[in-house]
Amino acid sequence: MTAPAFAVSDTATMFRRDLKHALRFPMVMISGFLTPVVLLLLFDGVFGRTLRAGLHGAALGGGYVDYVVPGVLVMAAGGVAEATAISINTDMSEGIIARFRTMAIWRPAVLAGPVAGSVARTVLTGAAVLAVGIGLGFGPHATMLGWLAVVGLLALLGLALSWLTVAFGLLAKTPAGANSLSLIPLFLPFVSSAFVPTGTMPAGVRSFAEYEPFTPVIDALRGLLTGVPIGSDGLQAIAWCAGIAVAGFWWAARLYNRGPRTAG
Amino acid sequence: MSEHTSGSAPRLAIEARGLARSFGGQAALDGLDLRVPEGAVTALIGPNGSGKTTTIRILSTLLAPDSGTATVLGHDVGTEAPTVRGLIGVTGQFSAVDQLLTGRENLALMADLHHLPRAVARQRIPDLLERFELAAAANRPAMTYSGGMRRRLDLAMTLMGEPRIVFLDEPTTGLDPRGRLVLWRIVRGLVATGVTVLLTTQYLEEADRLADHVTLIDHGRRVAEGTPAQLKQRAPGGRVRLRFAEGALAAASRLFDGAEQAEDGQTLILASDGSVSSLRRVLDTLAVHQLPVESLSAEPPDLDDVFFALTGVVTEGAGR
Repeated sequence: MTAPAFAVSDTATMFRRDLKHALRFPMVMISGFLTPVVLLLLFDGVFGRTLRAGLHGAALGGGYVDYVVPGVLVMAAGGVAEATAISINTDMSEGIIARFRTMAIWRPAVLAGPVAGSVARTVLTGAAVLAVGIGLGFGPHATMLGWLAVVGLLALLGLALSWLTVAFGLLAKTPAGANSLSLIPLFLPFVSSAFVPTGTMPAGVRSFAEYEPFTPVIDALRGLLTGVPIGSDGLQAIAWCAGIAVAGFWWAARLYNRGPRTAG
Repeated sequence: MSEHTSGSAPRLAIEARGLARSFGGQAALDGLDLRVPEGAVTALIGPNGSGKTTTIRILSTLLAPDSGTATVLGHDVGTEAPTVRGLIGVTGQFSAVDQLLTGRENLALMADLHHLPRAVARQRIPDLLERFELAAAANRPAMTYSGGMRRRLDLAMTLMGEPRIVFLDEPTTGLDPRGRLVLWRIVRGLVATGVTVLLTTQYLEEADRLADHVTLIDHGRRVAEGTPAQLKQRAPGGRVRLRFAEGALAAASRLFDGAEQAEDGQTLILASDGSVSSLRRVLDTLAVHQLPVESLSAEPPDLDDVFFALTGVVTEGAGR
């Protein structure tokens, strides 16, 4: 609650710090781009034909790539957030965090800066996935407004996942621990409408998949990209993301204010 | 005690009463009282685990005490933490620089977080780089710096916001003698501009040379406070060294109870409070027995003696 007047400028400062870190070690960002691209190639090129054959019930214009792109977008967001958890965890063991704690700054900026960076990386990675997807034959039919909504939803998803994984990064004692916790949001899309429609799943799994947060996000993205009406999926997606973002922020701020990890 | 040092009572920059803090049932601080005069260097000394770092962490708002109060320039460190943070600068035991950023970027980061106007930052950053002998390395990431350079960058970052009070937790640990001298010079320079410095150190020579006031703590409590000179008066230590001609040492050592023989085989070390009467007794004994003394030197007690007398802990520098 320190100096809330400086919330924006302190967050911007911490965002620049995060950006400089990312540029100084570009490998982290490059692997962040490559992982979802490989995933897309894998699902479209290797499993695509079989999976498409099993999707006869679902309305599909083109190839399986049309179905799978939104799912890969969401997985990409999960991957970016996973990297954020690890970097926050590593950062917290650095002496500079103790310095930030003794300064009259807006305290959550230390976390909000990396979250802002994470959101930016989510959107950039999403653009890379879309570009590769289009190269593979993905034909989006989104309106101008639809594209804006896609970017907005992706950013909101990035915000939600990042605040959650920032809390994971603060909670875990080691970077490996932060990584393990982040696997939860990373693997949840497998049990959603990302790769196959929930209707094709066994009853127990299906009800989980239908009600888990990634399904409305993926369905909304898919609808927006293919130009199909999204019904209530959009609102559900926004509600889930906003809820997770607020809860993640609250949890992360609590963990941060609990004090430095080391005693003594 | 410090009230008497400069005639009138100096204003207190920091005042702590009854600070207590334990970690897992182990008391790190057990009712510590501390007074730090404004515009001077105060050294906090004490054996390992006596609570020095815990004290700094409480005063710099990093840690809440279990009980007790502390104020920094009149502001409570608990209820007015944001105000306190605006007044202090902290250089901890562990390097608080961003390893991935360059020296210049680290300073710019501090300038931004202190919300300094661009013009001020543009002037202050090269100034600090120059003053801390970092200009040549300004554009290299801090991870490539030597220990001494990193420590200097750390302190430069602390000074970016022109704090009124600077906390230094073991600022010279691990530095070579030259690095230590550079840091001492910087600290003296700071105090000359009216800044208050509270530092912890394990080197009592450092406290002696650098500090105007010394507070000795043990088991989380204050056991002594005063100027280095005042503290030394309280120690029973001090010694006389007698150097004898070849072969006379054995005979001489029988004359003085508890005398220690130095490793050179010619010197005898006697405990002495350094008073004229005690020296005369030594000289009289030597005269009566007609022992040839080549040289005599009297050493007053140093802070190591004070430390030993009050805590029972022998320091590295003691017993030379």
